[in-house]
Amino acid sequence: MASEQLEEYLESILDIEEKDGVAKTSAIAKCLKVAPASVTEALQTLADKGFVHYEPYKGAYLTDQGREMARKVKRRHRLLEVFLSDVLHINGENVHDEACRMEHTLSDETECALCKMLNAPARCPHGSLIEACDRDVESCSACLKDTKPPSACTRDEPLMPVTALRPGQKGTIAFIRGDSSVVQRLTDLGLTLKTDIQLVRKAPLLGPVEIAVRKTRLAIDHAIADHIFVTAPVEKAG
Amino acid sequence: MNGRHGHDGSGFRHRHQGGKDEYVVALAGNANVGKSATFNQLTGVDQEIGNWPGKTVERAEGLLQHRGQRIRVIDLPGIYSITALSTEEQVSREFIAHDHPDVVVNIVDASALERNLFFTLQLTELESPMILSVNQMDLAAQKGISIDTRKLSALLGIPVIPTIAIQGKGIAELSDAIVSAVQNRPKPHTIPYGKEVEDCIRKILQLMPAGTGDYPPRWTAIKLLEGDPDTVWEVKKQAPEVVAAAQACALELEKIHGEPAGTVLSGERYHAAERIVSEVLEIKTPGDQEISLTERIDRLALHPVLGYVLLVLTLGGLLVWTFMIGAWISEILTAYLSSIAPVEPLIRGSAHDILFNGAWTGFVAAITLIIPYVIPFYLFLTLIENSGFLTRFSLMLDRGMHIMGLHGKAIIPLVLGFGCTVPACLSCRIIESPKQKFLAAFLVTLVPCSARTIVILGIVAAFVNIWWALALYLFDFTLIVILGRIAFRVLPGESVGMIMEMPDYHVPHLPSVLGQTWQRTKSLIWIVLPAYIVGSIAITAAYAVGFLEPINAALAPVTVLLLGLPMMTGVVFVFGIIRKEMTILALAALFGTTVFSTIMTPVQLVVFALVILLYMPCISAVLALAKEFGWRRALSVTVFETALAIATGAVAFRALSLVM
Repeated sequence: MASEQLEEYLESILDIEEKDGVAKTSAIAKCLKVAPASVTEALQTLADKGFVHYEPYKGAYLTDQGREMARKVKRRHRLLEVFLSDVLHINGENVHDEACRMEHTLSDETECALCKMLNAPARCPHGSLIEACDRDVESCSACLKDTKPPSACTRDEPLMPVTALRPGQKGTIAFIRGDSSVVQRLTDLGLTLKTDIQLVRKAPLLGPVEIAVRKTRLAIDHAIADHIFVTAPVEKAG
Repeated sequence: MNGRHGHDGSGFRHRHQGGKDEYVVALAGNANVGKSATFNQLTGVDQEIGNWPGKTVERAEGLLQHRGQRIRVIDLPGIYSITALSTEEQVSREFIAHDHPDVVVNIVDASALERNLFFTLQLTELESPMILSVNQMDLAAQKGISIDTRKLSALLGIPVIPTIAIQGKGIAELSDAIVSAVQNRPKPHTIPYGKEVEDCIRKILQLMPAGTGDYPPRWTAIKLLEGDPDTVWEVKKQAPEVVAAAQACALELEKIHGEPAGTVLSGERYHAAERIVSEVLEIKTPGDQEISLTERIDRLALHPVLGYVLLVLTLGGLLVWTFMIGAWISEILTAYLSSIAPVEPLIRGSAHDILFNGAWTGFVAAITLIIPYVIPFYLFLTLIENSGFLTRFSLMLDRGMHIMGLHGKAIIPLVLGFGCTVPACLSCRIIESPKQKFLAAFLVTLVPCSARTIVILGIVAAFVNIWWALALYLFDFTLIVILGRIAFRVLPGESVGMIMEMPDYHVPHLPSVLGQTWQRTKSLIWIVLPAYIVGSIAITAAYAVGFLEPINAALAPVTVLLLGLPMMTGVVFVFGIIRKEMTILALAALFGTTVFSTIMTPVQLVVFALVILLYMPCISAVLALAKEFGWRRALSVTVFETALAIATGAVAFRALSLVM
């Protein structure tokens, strides 16, 4: 199985999982526009490689390894979309398909350079969140100002934006994306690295999120909260 | 003496000269920590709103008389940091550094000590004599928090006084502490940062020549490390090599920590605050298990559906209440005042009589038209504000405000705008980015203030019907959204998102609410009364002398040809510039009747009210705009809105003539 095909599968399983909890064979087939029989075959291969857990007739869900891979590809896809639409001004309809073809050939180095050039964007042109990169850095300024080469070592724990926490879920701030003015504003309000925070509630329609930090509560614009990444204790989806 | 206007900054600096030995104490702290309550307890109700030299930042000022000492108390704006990001922060920091108050009383919230200490630590860097007042001890106790204030005092090196300001507890002790502190001048300890940061500070201090800048040397060194633009600019003039060294140090710090130096320092301040809190604070009961009252109310107030229902009911209720109570008070006042002297415009007789009559009519109009409506409005609004509901409304409306490039906090000036445009414009400074601040102020000038509401009610609702009055409102709101959207696209600058602290709900403290309502009303009276009296004298005098005809004739192309209104309205619009509701007064005076349906057709009445609603903001509002944003922008708004009003009025006249 070609790596390109493999990545496409992982991406769509991630999408479907986020929507339905488990990725059924039929849903994957529909998403990728292929025959259910070839999906079954592909899932078997992915399971052999340790990317998914697969139970015939029930469906598949990603292993940690698979999820990491899928997120990485998703991140590249959305970064590319920003690049294609904001820099090259490619026609909006073609952006997604172009990015789909390009995402599989992007190296780590190019991905990092792209992120720097685009000033660490938070969302793709369609409004979906761009994941944080997996480099072990504490804020973007190190990369953006080019004071030191991006650390080659990667994080031990996966990051998630505060906005992806469920109400009541706790996390520890690990990374704040964006230029120094955003970071400074958040730091002054007590959102420093390694601080424990809890998501209290999210307003509907991407309204502000309310978080508890240092015994007080803050309402934060959704777009700003997208910049705050936390490590959260692993909870089984279900 | 007491409550003197603080117009000239020099009044503070030379207070010890000329035999006047009066001490000055500044209250500083985050918002929502009970600063106003403490202020009221210390000074009584006697207070004034003054202006800062050069900048319009409201602050209260009062007098504390204790143990034979007279101490002037200045209430600084509630801020979270003194990094000079906002006007309020900058003004507070300049006041403490330049005007050298004898003591800074830092008020902190006992139940959120860690966040509050961050600000305290910044204040200590200004090296003024300080007292820490740990307020809301009762709320902290409810949450099972106990604070060892003696230990806190030892750690910080300054007196620490526990208080419950709302109940007046600890105020006597705080007053004692202030009186002795103006003599002893307790200086806080220097709270050391981590080793790398301290190395940098030392390096910069060694290079820095004595007397660099107005601030303490350590503060200046820290600000240079943070890259604070004002400090960098100031020091660069005297010692550019220090700035270069500081930049090198900052780069070094950035390499070690992987974050900008400013963030490193803020982080370290929070670490220091954490350390202090871990030593002085104890949490006894597992308070987290229980669902707090605030959480219970929030489940309703922030509910995706019920929250909006509550919001609409409250804001709708605010307006209905204002005009029901307002009409009632207005009626009583009118009856009473007309029994003293008749309120009939006089246009013949001796010059003295005409002028007196004009002044009296203006006075009565001010008292009966504006005051009755703004008092209930400000009272209700202050209640919503003090209880904590207004911040929830900000959160709920944040997403909607994005349409106009604003964020949730802008709801405060916009709602204030229903009362009076002037304080609403001034309140726009709570918004951080300059672009959004101006945008909010521009939209505020279009919000139907109580004056315009009176015109709509008195002309359209009374003589056409209520539906046309509501239609005018609806049209105005739609226009605000559309113009907001366009201005957001056109204006340069960036929009920033909202970050707002969510205070716990509490039962409003009545004396504070009444005090704040009175302050807001009083500042308005000072704007309204003179304008009314002078304006009214001018209108009667001009009429008596025969100045009105030329003005009407000059404006006729607009009023008669474009808007289809009677020629006499020309001068009415001119007087409306002073106060918009004076147009009713002027109409009545000029046509000699208060039954406006006899002088204008329904179409004319609607068009007249529409133009009054939209055309240039009244003179006080233009002045407020100019003060905050400069004359260029104030005049652009004026010209734009006048053109808009004429264009809309002309179209409305032609369209309405077909349907009405």
